[in-house]
Amino acid sequence: MEFDFIEMRFPAKAEYVSTIRLTLSGLANRMGFNYDDIEDLKVAISEAVTNAVTHAYKKDETGEVTVGFGAYDDRLEVMVADYGDSINLADVKDKIGPYDPNESIENVHEGGFGLFLIHTLMDKVEINNTYGVIVLMTKYLSETGVAAYDKVFE
Amino acid sequence: LNLTIDVKDNEKETTLFLKGEIDIYTVDQIKRELLPLTRINGQTIIINFKDVNYMDSTGLGLFIKALKLTEEHNSKMLLTQLQERIARLFKITGLDEMFLIEQTVGWE
Repeated sequence: MEFDFIEMRFPAKAEYVSTIRLTLSGLANRMGFNYDDIEDLKVAISEAVTNAVTHAYKKDETGEVTVGFGAYDDRLEVMVADYGDSINLADVKDKIGPYDPNESIENVHEGGFGLFLIHTLMDKVEINNTYGVIVLMTKYLSETGVAAYDKVFE
Repeated sequence: LNLTIDVKDNEKETTLFLKGEIDIYTVDQIKRELLPLTRINGQTIIINFKDVNYMDSTGLGLFIKALKLTEEHNSKMLLTQLQERIARLFKITGLDEMFLIEQTVGWE
């Protein structure tokens, strides 16, 4: 299938996260995503970029974040790559999930909701941490009904 | 400016009116205002979200931290006037069970 690919590189700094989500918002709007889906996309990309930026800060790096968009007729693919050190993916995945009301508040990890939100707000998420961390996430235009289909059978 | 904070003090009650976007860049601004308040015994802190049009997990993280502090210091935090998008974040993460949330707009 034919698609347009857009790639941008930003400094891995907190002040650029809003610029990145505004860029995505403009593209998603042009593609015909509805308001709620655009808001979902904005949170998802911010979570991925925030992870990359936080990682760069911890290592005291002045690295870059690469953001890629694949604009298809029926979907938008968003790629976020940091080229810092790899994180322990199993460890991260272990920590994601919604808050369990039976759990005491002391055990709720303050930084544990980013990946959970990405998974919840996007239709498809793939994470690769072979070289740095690459998050590839897909959202379908709701007209196709694919998104609704996926949600039902989740 | 991405975020502004107006503080209104009233005896043992402080209201923070947040306006703008809450993300990794702006969250420290709120942290600096909010966390010292949570350490005051008997203090009630009201966070007004009426003009918050964007928030992500960095905001959730801060409010979880603040909530933990209120439990340690016998203070209280109330979240009010959340827009539907922001309320949804608390709901899908299950955190709406944990926080005192009032007057949400468009709560399902």
